[in-house]
Amino acid sequence: MKGNHMIRKMISGVVGTGLALATASTAFAQAAMIKAPTAAQQVAMTNKGDTTWMMVSSVLVLMMSVPGLALFYGGLVRTKNMLSVLMQVFMIVAVGGLLWATIGYSMAFTTGPTPGLTPFIGGFSKALMIGITGSSSAATFSNNVYIPELAYFVFQMTFAMITPALIVGSFAERIKFTPLMVFVVLWSILVYYPVAHMVWYWAGPDFLADTPNEAGLLNHWGALDFAGGTVVHINAGIAGMVGCLMIGKRVGFGRENTPPHSLTMTMIGASLLWVGWFGFNAGSNLEANGVTLVAFVNTMLATCAAAVSWAVVEQVVHNRPSMLGAASGAVAGLVAVTPASGYAAPMTSLVLGLIVSPICFFFVTTVKNKFKYDDTLDVFGVHCVGGITGALATAVLANPALGGQGVTDYTKFPSVVATGYSTLAQLTVQFEAVAITLVWSGVVSAILFFVIDKTLGLRPAEEAEREGLDITEHGERAYNY
Amino acid sequence: MKFIIAIIKPFKLDEVREALSELGVAGMTVSEVKGFGRQKGQTEIYRGAEYTTNMLPKVKLEIAASDELAPRIIETIQQTASTEAIGDGKIFVIDLVSATRIRTGETGDPAL
Repeated sequence: MKGNHMIRKMISGVVGTGLALATASTAFAQAAMIKAPTAAQQVAMTNKGDTTWMMVSSVLVLMMSVPGLALFYGGLVRTKNMLSVLMQVFMIVAVGGLLWATIGYSMAFTTGPTPGLTPFIGGFSKALMIGITGSSSAATFSNNVYIPELAYFVFQMTFAMITPALIVGSFAERIKFTPLMVFVVLWSILVYYPVAHMVWYWAGPDFLADTPNEAGLLNHWGALDFAGGTVVHINAGIAGMVGCLMIGKRVGFGRENTPPHSLTMTMIGASLLWVGWFGFNAGSNLEANGVTLVAFVNTMLATCAAAVSWAVVEQVVHNRPSMLGAASGAVAGLVAVTPASGYAAPMTSLVLGLIVSPICFFFVTTVKNKFKYDDTLDVFGVHCVGGITGALATAVLANPALGGQGVTDYTKFPSVVATGYSTLAQLTVQFEAVAITLVWSGVVSAILFFVIDKTLGLRPAEEAEREGLDITEHGERAYNY
Repeated sequence: MKFIIAIIKPFKLDEVREALSELGVAGMTVSEVKGFGRQKGQTEIYRGAEYTTNMLPKVKLEIAASDELAPRIIETIQQTASTEAIGDGKIFVIDLVSATRIRTGETGDPAL
């Protein structure tokens, strides 16, 4: 993907040298790539534009969690459980941040404790942020382009914050606060950091040629996940589904009405997610360049298309398009385009958006009603199913024949666009990445839920659930009219 | 004296109130209530979940009136609150045994 860009850069450099003496020094600097630059050289390869964009992206992704996701979810529960959802999301963000600084970043983005473990998990060399300073750098996807490591650290931190917060929607209105927080800590360590490591850890474009094994397993296989379709959405979606099944249905599920208490809040939350998602997807390019804009526009079009197609499906099926449907469609579109955002073209992203909503709609209505599981806020139906749709579609959309960015061969220095893109081969890899994430997150989550349930207990007493978690878990009410 | 209880559609409240004021009704008590009658509830769909609300919101008026005024009040409410559709509500009348104005201690018609 970045190889395209790189080639253009080098060609212009060569032309520059030949044409004008005045630009020769610049052109020379562009053409002469430094392999494995030193820390000091890396600092010289950072620039203010990329650094600023990464700071902006980080706060945008934080805004997706608080207040975006919190309001999106909060509006969908009953009045008596509003605060419990807000508090769960808010505290998961805070705890997730602490955990990230202490061990998370190191476990996700450093080499393994032993070389044999490098495909699966990082070590503790950067635990407690050891060595992460204002003058350490992190690689981007371009040769000889770096960003300050703190920018990468905090950007990835916001991902580690939102992912466990997504899970709570599956068993909203029926979980005790403290056991949930214990689950989040353990899940982050045992599931999120390893999966993030497997998909996103690699030596970087200036080092991979010399150390081709210095990468997470799925990264090494060539799985494409631009901004977190597997790491974030499938990962959280399946964990939520497992939690929903193991914790059981809400008291009165299917007998009592449990309508959303404020779709106004839900609309505000979905809109904040939409806005924040530009940080999530376009920010994942780690630079501010043309490909960043491709991801940006892809995100916009897929979301518009998915909001429209969900509304159309409802118009056809229920005869009335609903606000909740439009918001759900927008989120489904955002989820689906996430893995594809930096690889697809705008028009194919639009098609992906049109396709994903009917699929998610089918899962949250027909499938959910048939199997009667109580996935309160449809984390599985929207995030997991939308994420899988996007992850598999990425193999098709990345194809240069469809205007996609193709894949870059980083084992060459400087990196080049890999020739002979095969959709089928890529689809196989995508499928394997999805399967590994589903199995790993699903199984570990099941074990965690089981153990926590037997020790601390996951579910509040029936009386407490009826009274509402706001009063029984937090001692306050969302609204005092 | 009569005690009139009327259940009407919420959006008809202002119209009824104005009509009764013209008639000389000096006061009434209004509450927002829920209930059901022959009018069916409405169906709401939230993603896959379909709910039928069988309790519908209505407004309840309570008016204490003299024996002379009561029939005209009933007639006015009936005419003003009607949309000739199912769910327009009902008017109930019961004999009122006594009425006392708390400030002055007056009783009977002068207390109304």
